[in-house]
Amino acid sequence: MKKIYADERWCLGCGLCKVYCRTSHSKTKDIIKAHKLEDPKPVERLHIETGDVMNFALQCRHCDDPKCVQGCITGAMQKDPVTGVVTNEAERCVGCWTCVLVCPFGAIVRDEGKKKIAAKCDLCAQTGEPECVKHCPNNALIYEDRGDGK
Amino acid sequence: MSLNLVWPDFLVERDENRCIQCEVCAKQCANEVHRLDKDTGLMVSDETKCVDCHRCVAMCPTRALKIRVNDLEFKPNANWSGDLIKEIYKQADSGAVLQSGMGNPKPYPVYWDRMVINASQVTNPSIDPLREPMETGVILGRKPPKLEFDKNGRLLTKMPPQIKLDVPIMFSAMSFGSISGNAHEALARAATALGTLYNTGEGGLAREMYKYGPNTIVQVASGRFGVHPEYLNAGAMLEIKIGQGAKPGLGGHLPGAKVGDAVSKARMIPKGSDALSPAPHHDIYSIEDLRQLIYSLKEATDYLKPVSVKIAAVHNSAAIASGIARAGADIIAIDGFRGGTGSAPTRTRDNVGIPVELALASVDQRLREEGIRNEVSLVAAGGIRCSMDVVKAIALGADACYIGTAALVAMGCHLCQTCYTGKCNWGIATQREDLEKRLNPDIAAQRLINMVTGWKHEIDETLGGMGINAIESLKGNRLMLRGVGLNEKELEVLGIKYAGE
Repeated sequence: MKKIYADERWCLGCGLCKVYCRTSHSKTKDIIKAHKLEDPKPVERLHIETGDVMNFALQCRHCDDPKCVQGCITGAMQKDPVTGVVTNEAERCVGCWTCVLVCPFGAIVRDEGKKKIAAKCDLCAQTGEPECVKHCPNNALIYEDRGDGK
Repeated sequence: MSLNLVWPDFLVERDENRCIQCEVCAKQCANEVHRLDKDTGLMVSDETKCVDCHRCVAMCPTRALKIRVNDLEFKPNANWSGDLIKEIYKQADSGAVLQSGMGNPKPYPVYWDRMVINASQVTNPSIDPLREPMETGVILGRKPPKLEFDKNGRLLTKMPPQIKLDVPIMFSAMSFGSISGNAHEALARAATALGTLYNTGEGGLAREMYKYGPNTIVQVASGRFGVHPEYLNAGAMLEIKIGQGAKPGLGGHLPGAKVGDAVSKARMIPKGSDALSPAPHHDIYSIEDLRQLIYSLKEATDYLKPVSVKIAAVHNSAAIASGIARAGADIIAIDGFRGGTGSAPTRTRDNVGIPVELALASVDQRLREEGIRNEVSLVAAGGIRCSMDVVKAIALGADACYIGTAALVAMGCHLCQTCYTGKCNWGIATQREDLEKRLNPDIAAQRLINMVTGWKHEIDETLGGMGINAIESLKGNRLMLRGVGLNEKELEVLGIKYAGE
């Protein structure tokens, strides 16, 4: 399946991916409204690991055998058998954070806005191409099929 | 501590209605202008540190930032400009020589903009480059006065080494050290893709770059940094740098802070040591000495590679060029006073040297008069800003042009002129690892290729318009140029007629 890969050689840790991730997962999809108006504030679904020189953005790896799906107590977390995308169904999620606990990458974040739920990268299912990849200024995020996983 | 009389040159304007406090500007500014104030939750700026490089402006996702020139005015005075007053304040603070980066920014006449190009009308047809072949390639190197053939038409004359360029544009010398490894890599890759050459500058050549050898000019300058037989043989052409347009008569100084592991290895000097290039080559005090070095380099490379000599455009360029041609150089590069640099004393940059247009015209004229124009190729450098400057340079007598600043701008340079600080926010003029990685050579090389390809199309169109289908037919063809707004003497030096004549 097509996944997002970080190229730490070119990641500047600038944080633009975060800004656009948050916008992509907002109600308004408007960068200024998403950050200044929306309440609760939309949550970005990626982490940026930063060092002095080396940085990279980390999102859900959409594992072949996802621990989060196994651990989910309500069946909210599911891996699409066709596309391979792991998504969390907000209505069924009860915010128990089991997935947060078991994710080996720490890629699941807590959305404690209106209702406590787990939030994670959905490869921008609503907009097509992941917004973090589209707006990376230095080609440090690549969205491609490297033949690992489905 | 006494009162600081230097106020910020620029103002940072932040539209609070747009700023989302994402801190991208703060993370991207190596000068540490921006920061998030924890108490107010708002971004604030320290404008004294701003160099107007536009990195924050380009990166701001909501276009909330603008940098403006600080309009705080001194009382108008035609003799004492604000710049002069501020420079005195700086020197009164520091006691030091003023430093600048990039080329001469002063409002001297730009002769390119005072020459116009001809086009065909009625009596000679123009050529459509989309329908007919157009030759933009040039061949650099010493040309024999005549060619001899045997009965079967085979060439008997032994040809000196020649270099074929697909476009009459090369990337000028910018050393690894003054610019980042990624910038070097981008130039090398672009030169390879475009069928032209880039120039190592005097910083030696990193091992990983040897693979670009067929598209590399290896430079030998007064510091002789990184020069060894393998280096000389790694390139397609050699260049002896006598002078640089931005600072004629001066050497160079790469501060020890920029001499990290890689630079130290390429230059063959200890890590952290200042790389000082003397003003003269200490073994060249005459044309005869220059001849010795030219032939030493030819000997070291089995006479297989052309040797170029680069000089700054100065008052006696024509006579000097004549000497260089007679000393055995295959190519002479003339660097005008608008040529860039990573660092030069401001006063030298702004006051020493002459425009390349005038130097080029007088050198070409002198070599023709002496009957030795065929013995060297001429490369015009220092102030070539667009394809039309290239066309005009060729019509004035150049065989090809070097572009430096234009190439850097294509890669993202915003001409903030503070290269010497080593804190280039665009990852170009820096050796700081975190900044260097901002220039992804994949992106930068493609931008260079795009720019030169665009220029090539424009050159094709302009040649076609003149009814010419090859660069060779434009070379030294000064009838294709006319002057506007020039006086008799300027027309005489440029060797062109006035518009309407």
